[in-house]
Amino acid sequence: MSSIKIKLKEKDVAKIIEICDSFNNNPRDLVNVLHRVQGEFGYLPAEVQEVVSNQLKVSLAKIYGVVTFYSFFTMIPRGKHPISVCTGTACYVRGAEKVLDEFKKELNIKVGESTADGKFSLTCLRCVGACGLAPVVQIGEKTYGRMAPDDVKRILKEYAD
Amino acid sequence: MEMIRLTIDKKTVEVKKGTTILAAAESIGIHIPTLCYLNMGDMNIENKPGGCRVCVVEVEGRRNLAPSCATECLPDMVVHTHSMRVLNARKTVVQLILSDHPFDCLVCAKSGNCELQDLAIRLGIREVPFVGEQSTYREDTSPSIIRDVDKCIMCRRCEVMCNEVQTVGVLSAINRGFQSVVAPAFEMNLDHSVCTYCGQCVNVCPTGALTEVDHSNQLINDLANPDKVVVVQTAPAVRAALGEEFGLEPGSLVTGKMTTALRELGFDYVFDTDFAADLTIMEEGSELLERLSQHLKGDPDVKLPILTSCCPAWVKFFEHNFPEMKDIPSTARSPQQMFGAIAKTYFADKIKVDRKKLIVVSIMPCVAKKYECTRDEFKTEGNPDVDYSISTRELGHLIKRANIDFVSLPDSDFDTPLGESTGAGVIFGATGGVIEAAVRTAYEVHTGKTLESVDFKQLRGLEGIRSATVDFDGLPINIGIAHGLGNARKLLEDIKSGKNTYHAIEIMACPGGCIGGGGQPYIHGDTSILKARLKAIYAEDAGKVLRKSHENPYILKLYEDFLGKPLSEKSHHLLHTHYFDRKKEVFIEE
Repeated sequence: MSSIKIKLKEKDVAKIIEICDSFNNNPRDLVNVLHRVQGEFGYLPAEVQEVVSNQLKVSLAKIYGVVTFYSFFTMIPRGKHPISVCTGTACYVRGAEKVLDEFKKELNIKVGESTADGKFSLTCLRCVGACGLAPVVQIGEKTYGRMAPDDVKRILKEYAD
Repeated sequence: MEMIRLTIDKKTVEVKKGTTILAAAESIGIHIPTLCYLNMGDMNIENKPGGCRVCVVEVEGRRNLAPSCATECLPDMVVHTHSMRVLNARKTVVQLILSDHPFDCLVCAKSGNCELQDLAIRLGIREVPFVGEQSTYREDTSPSIIRDVDKCIMCRRCEVMCNEVQTVGVLSAINRGFQSVVAPAFEMNLDHSVCTYCGQCVNVCPTGALTEVDHSNQLINDLANPDKVVVVQTAPAVRAALGEEFGLEPGSLVTGKMTTALRELGFDYVFDTDFAADLTIMEEGSELLERLSQHLKGDPDVKLPILTSCCPAWVKFFEHNFPEMKDIPSTARSPQQMFGAIAKTYFADKIKVDRKKLIVVSIMPCVAKKYECTRDEFKTEGNPDVDYSISTRELGHLIKRANIDFVSLPDSDFDTPLGESTGAGVIFGATGGVIEAAVRTAYEVHTGKTLESVDFKQLRGLEGIRSATVDFDGLPINIGIAHGLGNARKLLEDIKSGKNTYHAIEIMACPGGCIGGGGQPYIHGDTSILKARLKAIYAEDAGKVLRKSHENPYILKLYEDFLGKPLSEKSHHLLHTHYFDRKKEVFIEE
């Protein structure tokens, strides 16, 4: 459930309309539209979904249904430093879950959430193609390999600015 | 048409290409049990997600069991609907569903009408061997409908009704896996959503996940209170369906038994919403004629077509979806609310009772009427014109609770003055009926001539969108009719784009009109019941001596003694209303 209320700027609305138009407002392209819109805004707050609903003539409930079905979509803004823990098979068997638990503990958030100061957000992803370095964590553009739970505190300190 | 021959349970059957195994079996009297599947053929409503797996059958040569509702027949198929493997699988499927379902059948509002309960009985389930986590979700209560998602089996019938048939778009499956539930957007409560409270989701819900808000206990308290005078009004569609609650044939008219039962329940006055329907026609018909005459004079500002406004779900629908057109519908209140306003003024004065001591209860085929009672514009100093509304189903239960043998009750008449009605008031219960009633009066008022026949058969039927032209003595009046909110939406889009040139349009939210309302006895997909109710309504009309609203002597007296004339200042104050823009705007910051 979204607790974040935002006000969309006129240019944001125009951008969403532009994206919908580029798919001819075809309701069958809902997932593609949401993908592009999330690419633009980083997340899909309720107000953004409302604009998509009006453009594509798909009910808000259906859109919310799609947004909550696919783990890729999020209604929570990503942190300044988005953390992604790979839980693909190779990383998982080499202890990704323990690393993930450590991040959850250190940041005091669940997967899919952001810290109150907006600095970090935590998500899981499936395989970044660096299985030789498993378990792998990405923070922003940077990739960390052979992670152990003990490394988490030290790495977070790199972003202490 | 290509035909296909196959064998089901050793019987040979020939069906058209494209027929499902379920339908093929049904055609030779083999009733495969279903749960999520729903087919209301006449209404063009079909839900076959193939999700529940209750209807699985064994097809020789196939490795997996096939869901018969979603599997098409193929030539020379050999199907077994009750082999050991099928019976075991079916039983396991239902046991798994039950393992995440509350075991409170004894106190569930749907008990006795629950399709899951029926299935458990039919399959002889005596134990549920699976123990595991139970999904829990908060209960959501709105003025009309209660959502108890713990009882939801994710059949998605409500979703099909809400999105595809009604195009209201409130309910959708959200989240995934064990966390998935059917909910409004952002998991808001129904009363914050664009829900119209039409109640069609309640009608198709197989379990107790969607039920109506029950006012029976409040009513029992009021009836027992010696300080209250309790007045009841009954909607036209109730008398054509109430008998079903007592095992009578669908289409049995029980008007006389119903009034007797209401007296035995303890109501002080038993009145009829049909009286208020006649009053609605006087106001709405006059409004139509007024707008028409302005239109004929060439006034470019006149709003046509006029849309009926009797149906509270339809009113809420256009307030949310077409607020820019909110000056097109008639300003006439619904019959329920007209009745309440007259009962708590004219009638309260007559019997010298303060409106706060007068309890007005309505019996409605509807759950949206419960919400309509709560609208602020229908209150005087906080006191509602209609205190609350109970459904046909609730009345059935109440009569049983009061130990009344309904079937053997003698007939009796409504009380006067608010119980007298014409045939025009009765047909409000059927799609096309309101506009037919309006035409009967508007024609005679406009032309000054008496109608040879009051039966406008071209306005009747079950087609989703209908149109007809009625000749008003040289003036052709184009009439449109839609029932079901999806059809209403289509008609409104056409008006917006200037595609049609109707003068008057009737819209009812429920498929079939009020006879198919969200508060009627459950039909479990059997649309022949709706047709029987429709027939009963027209039979009641045909049996009436007076069949035109403007001939109702008590209506004429009401105008003479109290209101003056239609559209008078007093009428406007008591019998008309205004509409709101409920469109949720996106907040835009400069």
